[in-house]
Amino acid sequence: MSWETVIGLEIHVQLDTKSKIFSGASTTYGAEQNTNTSPVDLGYPGVLPVLNKDAVMMAIKFGLAVDAEISRRSIFARKNYFYPDLPKGYQISQYELPIVHTGSLEIRLNDGSKKVVGITRAHLEEDAGKSIHDKFANETAIDLNRAGTPLLEIVSEPDIRSAEEASAYMQKIHQLVRYLKISDGNMQEGSFRCDANVSVRPSGQNELGTRTEVKNINSFRFVENAINYEVERQIDRLEDGDEVAQETRLYDPERDETRPMRSKEEANDYRYFPDPDLLPLEIDDETIEEIRKSLPELFDAKVKRYTEVLKIKENDAEEIARNMQVAEYFEAILENFNHDAQLISNWILSEVIAVLNRESIEINAFQIEPSRLASLLSRIHDNTISSTIAKDLFNQMLSSDETADEMIEKQGLEQITDEDSISQFVTEVLDEFSEQKDQYLAGKEQVLGFLVGQVMKRSKGKANPKLVNELIIRQIKR
Amino acid sequence: MKRHTVKELQGMIADHSASSQEIYKLYNNRIRAMNDSINAFISIESDEYSSGNKQADSEISGVPYAVKDIFCSEGDQTTCGSKMLSNFVSPYDATVVKNLREKGTVILGKTNMDEFAMGSSNETSFFGNVNNPWDLERTPGGSSGGSAAAVAAGMAPIALGTDTGGSIRQPAALTGITGLKPTYGRCSRFGMIAFASSLDQAGILSISAEDSAIFLEHMAGYDQKDSTSSKETVPKYTDFLNNDLSGKVVGLPNEFFDGNLDSRFQELVTDSIGEYEKMGVKFKDISLPNIKYSVPTYYVVAPAECSSNLARYDGVRFGHRSTDGKDLDAFYKQTRKDGFGQEVKRRIITGTYVLSAGYYDAYYLKAQKVRQLINQDFLDAFKEVDFIMGPTTQQSAFKLGEKVDDPVSMYMNDIYTISSNLSGVPAISHPIGFVDRLPFGLQIIAPHFKEHELLNIAHKYQMATDWHLQTPEICKEID
Repeated sequence: MSWETVIGLEIHVQLDTKSKIFSGASTTYGAEQNTNTSPVDLGYPGVLPVLNKDAVMMAIKFGLAVDAEISRRSIFARKNYFYPDLPKGYQISQYELPIVHTGSLEIRLNDGSKKVVGITRAHLEEDAGKSIHDKFANETAIDLNRAGTPLLEIVSEPDIRSAEEASAYMQKIHQLVRYLKISDGNMQEGSFRCDANVSVRPSGQNELGTRTEVKNINSFRFVENAINYEVERQIDRLEDGDEVAQETRLYDPERDETRPMRSKEEANDYRYFPDPDLLPLEIDDETIEEIRKSLPELFDAKVKRYTEVLKIKENDAEEIARNMQVAEYFEAILENFNHDAQLISNWILSEVIAVLNRESIEINAFQIEPSRLASLLSRIHDNTISSTIAKDLFNQMLSSDETADEMIEKQGLEQITDEDSISQFVTEVLDEFSEQKDQYLAGKEQVLGFLVGQVMKRSKGKANPKLVNELIIRQIKR
Repeated sequence: MKRHTVKELQGMIADHSASSQEIYKLYNNRIRAMNDSINAFISIESDEYSSGNKQADSEISGVPYAVKDIFCSEGDQTTCGSKMLSNFVSPYDATVVKNLREKGTVILGKTNMDEFAMGSSNETSFFGNVNNPWDLERTPGGSSGGSAAAVAAGMAPIALGTDTGGSIRQPAALTGITGLKPTYGRCSRFGMIAFASSLDQAGILSISAEDSAIFLEHMAGYDQKDSTSSKETVPKYTDFLNNDLSGKVVGLPNEFFDGNLDSRFQELVTDSIGEYEKMGVKFKDISLPNIKYSVPTYYVVAPAECSSNLARYDGVRFGHRSTDGKDLDAFYKQTRKDGFGQEVKRRIITGTYVLSAGYYDAYYLKAQKVRQLINQDFLDAFKEVDFIMGPTTQQSAFKLGEKVDDPVSMYMNDIYTISSNLSGVPAISHPIGFVDRLPFGLQIIAPHFKEHELLNIAHKYQMATDWHLQTPEICKEID
């Protein structure tokens, strides 16, 4: 029998606000335990939540970017359960009326095909703190720094049909939230994580199979592995005549398997009800329009513009646009040097990326500012220097803050384009290598390269190679 | 002894006949002399006067007051009448306390109350019941029983209370003083320990309506820290106190005159209506048809919110903690079993039940709909009348222990007061006479944010009568 896989993802994105969603405490990662807390985050008596408007703006941004509806009125509810890292005994979350609903996102698969995944809803909620079980023997420590951090939970429709699609969707959401600057997307720090709802059914069947929920997956590779494992496990059970239990499971990357969570942890009745401490969240049309106007150009639009307007090769355009910081770097160079976008792209994708990979840094930490790289490319473009010299200067720039012009002047690297000077070198070379000159005349044109090289050597690399070429041929034929 | 009003204390400070230190000392001494028999205070501030803050120059600067122990006050034990918080020292001020502190007022102590404000007799307090100054064997009412008894006995000139279903008005009525529950959202709830967030409101217990007018102006107002507080401008309430009442129309709802009232109480109400008529007030029979559902509606909404609000008392971060639990569940159970009293547990369980899957629609959601209907009854009525009046309670102060084992009978204490919490409208109770030497109160309800009119009408009555100035015998034994 052939089986069809049905997957829906719930992605939790930590929003990059300065302060928490309901208090003024800082959201900085890595602070000393329990220092990024206010009485509100600690669930002290009598304190009240006050909604952080920045978190709301970020949720709207996301909603607009996935063509979703923005609710003019949404409600915060209390999700009640007891756990030591949940200070109030309830989590404030949106339940019946989320701020964002009914959107969609197009993903691209490895074979080049495209697919649209529906987004059911995205809602705002607060994160819980952390329980640390391995720090003290027989005791659990609680760190509430994370308690109250704003999260956007993005719930997809069950439109995803394979682990590859799930990973592509997760990557596209990841790219999107970074483009929108609403999250740092840091998966190691837990700023971006997902739960996968997975089920299988016989191909052609309309009814959905029993699903399992794999929780807290924090990498693109793990989401593929976890789903592949889960699909295989479910099919095995069904083919053996067993049932799939509806349950919550955890993925263990070390063993590459999923295991059920303790059933007790999912037996909760959350007793949702609207939080009486918070008014319904009302959003007017002007606010939405203002945010719409402030949306940055997103990936698909960028690739289109790069290829159609800037005439960059499509693959290169996608490479550049994949990471928004790289795209911003590219566009910053373009502001200072707008003659040859492909040249910029070539340099970023080869020279710059090579340095980033070698030093394991992000482009934000790259030593050469866009304006300095622009100055270098300008001098290539106007033939002041050759590419060979440019590469040398590029390497020097990594440990200097001089501009290309300063270096060229100091080191006397300006390309020689004066015909008389170059002719003199050519005459010298043809005298010395008359044998090669004769070979050329006899039709062995390959020797030209050798002769050019000799001239370049005499000019210490500064002669314009194109001119050298021309002048050699002209002199030989004379 | 003489019970001074805030108005009188202002005069004494202004003409230098007494300093704020001397006034503080006077009340501090009275509290120390009387608290053993009345138990109005859970904690008493130092006998050394310290203004404790900047030299604030306001009309109430130097006036001392008592604070219900449900309000957090910085550096003070704040217990909410519960063992659960018996060791809790608040690191912050409730906004209303902060507002008053900035005006130079001085806290005398924190008053006793029903545990987490759940009760109508002050008998659920972990710190013992409060005795009514008019008869020490009787309850002062609740949950603001300590604040009411303190003002009635002259241990404080004025006190803060909270009113979720009648917790200011009922004890005010049972102790012969004036109790004001402002509109929901008029005063910030920040730092006021939550019982039922959509119903809780801070208010004032005082000798006179005039004193409440003086204090309310300085307590009330929008607070960024409370999203449900109102941006409606706070008027200078004292400017309205002497407005002419002629032509004002008062509605008398059939539902508040249901024939269940003892004839001697009915007589007092009739007399007070007569007094108002002399001032040119017109009376009219009206109906608030859905008000009969107030008590059941309240006892779904309030427990539901309380079951969630009180989840934070888990022994993990502050407050009482029982350490003998073997695992997490046992730890929670033991902590909450030991830390909460019976009435609080009853309401947490009720609230948990009505919010449970499968019951939510039938209870909580339905109660919220009925609440809308009750509010609509008030809105409709106020198209025709300026005020609504009726008895504050069905009876005067009852004996301690009389209803403690009968929760339903206890809940009926608030039958006339609950509806204004469900609707959010402001209401005041003022004394209108005595039956068997026990005071009885009249409740007046006004449209949202018409506190100035409530204070105006009650003040005019108090100008014409002296029921509010009657002092219990026990005061005569003290200087």
